[in-house]
Amino acid sequence: MKPTEVAVLHALSSVRDPELDEPITDLKFIADLRVAEDMVSVRLRLPTPFCAPNFAYLMAADAKAALLSVPGVRHARVVLEDHHASSEINAGMADERGFEATFPGNTEGEDLDELRDIFRRKSFVSRQERMCQALLAEGYTPTQLAKMPLGDPPTSTATEKYLSRREELGLDVSAAAPLLVDPDGNRIPEDSVVEHLRFARLTRISIEGNAGMCRGLLAARYGIPDPEEEVRA
Amino acid sequence: MYEKDGEKYFVVDGHVHYWDASPENQANIHGQQFIDCFYGYHSALSPEEYLWPEEKFQRYSEEDMMHDLFEIGYVDVAIFQPTYLTDFYVDGFNTTEQNAVLKEKYPNKFVLPGRFDPRDGEPGLEAFEELVENYDLKGVKLYTAEWSGQSKGWSLKDPWAKRYLEKCQELNVKNIHVHKGPTITPLNRDAFDVQDIDEAASLFPNLNFIVEHVGLPRLEDFCWIAVQEPNVYAGMAVAMPFIHTRPRYFAQILGELLYWLDEDRILFASDYAIWQPKWLVEKFVDFQIPEEMGWAEYEQLTPDIKRKILGLNAAHLYGIPVPGDIPQPEPVGPAGEPTYPEAPLQ
Repeated sequence: MKPTEVAVLHALSSVRDPELDEPITDLKFIADLRVAEDMVSVRLRLPTPFCAPNFAYLMAADAKAALLSVPGVRHARVVLEDHHASSEINAGMADERGFEATFPGNTEGEDLDELRDIFRRKSFVSRQERMCQALLAEGYTPTQLAKMPLGDPPTSTATEKYLSRREELGLDVSAAAPLLVDPDGNRIPEDSVVEHLRFARLTRISIEGNAGMCRGLLAARYGIPDPEEEVRA
Repeated sequence: MYEKDGEKYFVVDGHVHYWDASPENQANIHGQQFIDCFYGYHSALSPEEYLWPEEKFQRYSEEDMMHDLFEIGYVDVAIFQPTYLTDFYVDGFNTTEQNAVLKEKYPNKFVLPGRFDPRDGEPGLEAFEELVENYDLKGVKLYTAEWSGQSKGWSLKDPWAKRYLEKCQELNVKNIHVHKGPTITPLNRDAFDVQDIDEAASLFPNLNFIVEHVGLPRLEDFCWIAVQEPNVYAGMAVAMPFIHTRPRYFAQILGELLYWLDEDRILFASDYAIWQPKWLVEKFVDFQIPEEMGWAEYEQLTPDIKRKILGLNAAHLYGIPVPGDIPQPEPVGPAGEPTYPEAPLQ
């Protein structure tokens, strides 16, 4: 079967910028996509030449894995363009060396797993806050949220995203599990819910703001419209 | 000085530069990429009428700077930050020595911070002491993401960084501006991690740590530290221009800072020449937190709060004299202890 561009894009939409918590397709990080028989080639672009190489590498590696998961794709090539470490990262990607071997002597301890975990936890906190804001706006009280099981809130995009982040952390996602837990899976006590959400909001604002900033920088860098600019909205 | 609706504001711009990033001064491709990156920030967040052509942005004149800051920009005193980047630029991007030329010419217009780099070790310590004495420095600007040969950055936790901070304490260099930028080794860690500031601020309670661009993009980590360390301050460089392109996001940042810190620990800055103080000051004085659903938890801005942020807080840190006709509200002091979470959510 010959892979279609639609199928390839769909696969790429599962790859997130770990820091911005959004799909690389929505962020317009795909500069170019070519499908030829069983070979797919993708060019990635980022908002600045100094975007952190670790996240750049994670996204490039995740994109390559996503491409190879598409039925019919046998060869996948991912190239990062216009970055201060493009040549190192592209060589490392081509040889599948892994991040540590791509930057010998410049890493310490574990590969990128710990970093990815930090941002999965932030993403979890932020998505939980978004879902709770929606529920509070519907009239639920913080006390009700503290007692609510995971299966209770009505289905929505916010709830789905929260569940997906929760699952990524390996936390209990059964319907009877408590809705509000910290990133280690500990239940949030009733009298801490308000403070917990207050701090969670800060994480959400930070991630969203960062994503907005990066969108603006990418738009300015490549002369494409900035979808988030409020004055134009 | 800025005046609007009968209110007067003394303006201290906490972060200005006078750089040379012209092609002649670029030492390599990174010098070009660095200024391109700044130009991206400038283009993405400036109002159209304040956009500069790239060539002017790479190297502007002394006249441009004096005009933009002091003639039309309402700035009374500017804190003149150095960023050496000698691995990227032949003569450096803007060094203390270069800044000192303008400081000598206009002594009342500028406050001159210096810098140190812990990777310079023992010889650097002596050179730093000399720099402090030569220019009577009261502050330093630290750029932890600076490349130096093979090294792609440093941390305030490094033993040598502590030696330099001890030296700051000894020489009464009290204001430590910390600029977090990307690309710190080890490369597998979070390049914007601000945790090292926490340890330094605890170890040196008599020094003030002004975290530039409020730790963005790690606002939550920054606030977490600032809640616990009373000597940590929020430098608003880079956060300010959102007031134009994304005012609601700006309101959220400011609302959170006022909640987690207080009005005495937030410092206005333009980051000139990335952005210009004129429009930032005008828009900030006109700014208010939206009065609508979901925003009630944020404090409304008063002229006194704005006065503190725009100038009084920085004037206090640097002992800058404030004219008698500017109202000087008392510090709010230790706030009625809000209940904060017991641990960061990470």
